[in-house]
Amino acid sequence: MKASQYYTAACLAALVFSVAGCATRPAAGEFGVGPRTSAERRYVATLQPQQVLRPRQLQSMRVSIVDARGQAVNDANILVDGGMPQHGHGLPTKPRVTKSLGGGLYEIEGVRFNMGGWWEFKLAINGVAGADTVTFNLDL
Amino acid sequence: MKIHWTRVVVSISLFSLLTGVYADTVGGDRWSAAEIEQISSLSLRGLDALPPDPTNRVADDPRAVILGQRLFFDVRLSSNGRVSCATCHLPDREFQDGTPLASGVGATNRRTMPIAATAHSPFLFWDGRKDSQWSQALGPLESPVEHGGTRAQYAHVIAANYRADYERIFGILPNLENIPLSAGPVPDAAAAKSWEGLSDAQRNAVTGVYVNIGKAIAAYERRIQYRASRFDRYVDGLRQATGTEQSALRPDEVAGLRLFIGKANCTQCHNGPLLTNNEFHNTGVPAGRGLSADEGRLAGANSVLRDEFNCRSRWSDANRAQCAELEYLVTDAHTLQRAFKVPSLRNVAERAPYMHAGQLATLRQVLDHYNRAPEAPAGHSEVKPLRLSALELRQLEAFLRTLSGGTTAPPMLPSVTALNQNR
Repeated sequence: MKASQYYTAACLAALVFSVAGCATRPAAGEFGVGPRTSAERRYVATLQPQQVLRPRQLQSMRVSIVDARGQAVNDANILVDGGMPQHGHGLPTKPRVTKSLGGGLYEIEGVRFNMGGWWEFKLAINGVAGADTVTFNLDL
Repeated sequence: MKIHWTRVVVSISLFSLLTGVYADTVGGDRWSAAEIEQISSLSLRGLDALPPDPTNRVADDPRAVILGQRLFFDVRLSSNGRVSCATCHLPDREFQDGTPLASGVGATNRRTMPIAATAHSPFLFWDGRKDSQWSQALGPLESPVEHGGTRAQYAHVIAANYRADYERIFGILPNLENIPLSAGPVPDAAAAKSWEGLSDAQRNAVTGVYVNIGKAIAAYERRIQYRASRFDRYVDGLRQATGTEQSALRPDEVAGLRLFIGKANCTQCHNGPLLTNNEFHNTGVPAGRGLSADEGRLAGANSVLRDEFNCRSRWSDANRAQCAELEYLVTDAHTLQRAFKVPSLRNVAERAPYMHAGQLATLRQVLDHYNRAPEAPAGHSEVKPLRLSALELRQLEAFLRTLSGGTTAPPMLPSVTALNQNR
């Protein structure tokens, strides 16, 4: 197999596994607003919705971030992403962190969930402890 | 291992709720508590109060509602004197026209959308290229195939016929003496040239009147709302646990409701009291026959950001902080290609044909489409085959027919009725 064929095969495999419907819903215990540990255990994040999360509404929420020792993480660069793995689409809006409120607390605005069901809400955190991602599973 | 008993109890309760162990046998129809909650979330009773429109300072001015209604039905707001908003948005037909493609002074490439409850929607049109009811109303007025006229023409119509009413709401009408009878940023070369020949001050004066026409029409359209349907009465009975719901729906309709909230996945998009998530999805709808490629939301999302009359524009009465929908708008996702607005399913049986270009003639064809889930002509369809039986499709259709309840609108003004009779 040539390198280009490996590349094609890898792309096809990636495509197959990313197709909506392949994703399996996590166990009930994996759902909720946290505290949730990041993939490489650098941070622990907790979502603090400012209102009850309701489908179809443009909402804001706060996230509190501490490092592995429980110290508040300020001045982190945070990118927001997410979507519905079972439907193959991302978030319907582009939410972002609009304020750092101090004490490891950040304001995220522009969040909307337009369907009921399993949503992933991902934060890519780049702070004093390095870069890491945390994924929340939310049930709307 | 340390066991968190509170978590265990909560998890078990949640599990029971989700799996329907707490089945509720109130009345004849057996629903779990979770299902009753899901069904209740679709009731019109849960609709939020009319949301404020910060972009339109006259949105709730009763004088603007009256002026808006008169303008909505006025055929002078067209190039040939024969087209009004009501030409396609017929009040006795749920404010739509029952034809696959709308036609004004020419033929369009889209199906007329109903108006009811659009005040609750952040984006208007099948592709969401407008972000307020008033900016939506201005689109067709200058479209060469809909009303076909120009903003200067319409400003003259106001000056000649509505001056006093206009000025009571919006203040002094600008002097239009040196404004040509037809001018505007439209495809028509002569009208466009006249527009280019105007000073900035003149153009702004004319556009200001044009914007106010839109805001008055929007004040009228805001009051067009859905009436409760048989389905809503069923939910009332279900929630009051009196067992009276059975008189509202037949068994096949209830079976259709069960499919609607379950196996048929309808509530993925058709959720909430308006039975729409107000979003845009590619559901593999076939291309309209003879129509050019339609990018849907991909084009609409980019268009609304640049729109002359969007929430951030100088013509909007909102401040920038009130334009969050534009602030967090997605414009580049692959999922936007050929995605179209999810319409409300209220009164759906009364407004065939279906889809953005009226491609599907009947409700049954729509259900067959979702059952088969064909590949999209462009982009990627989010829909998977449902594999419903013929009986299930009939039940689903029967349920959809319970969503008809009609529309409420401000009462017809005698002057508007007379105008229509004289046409």
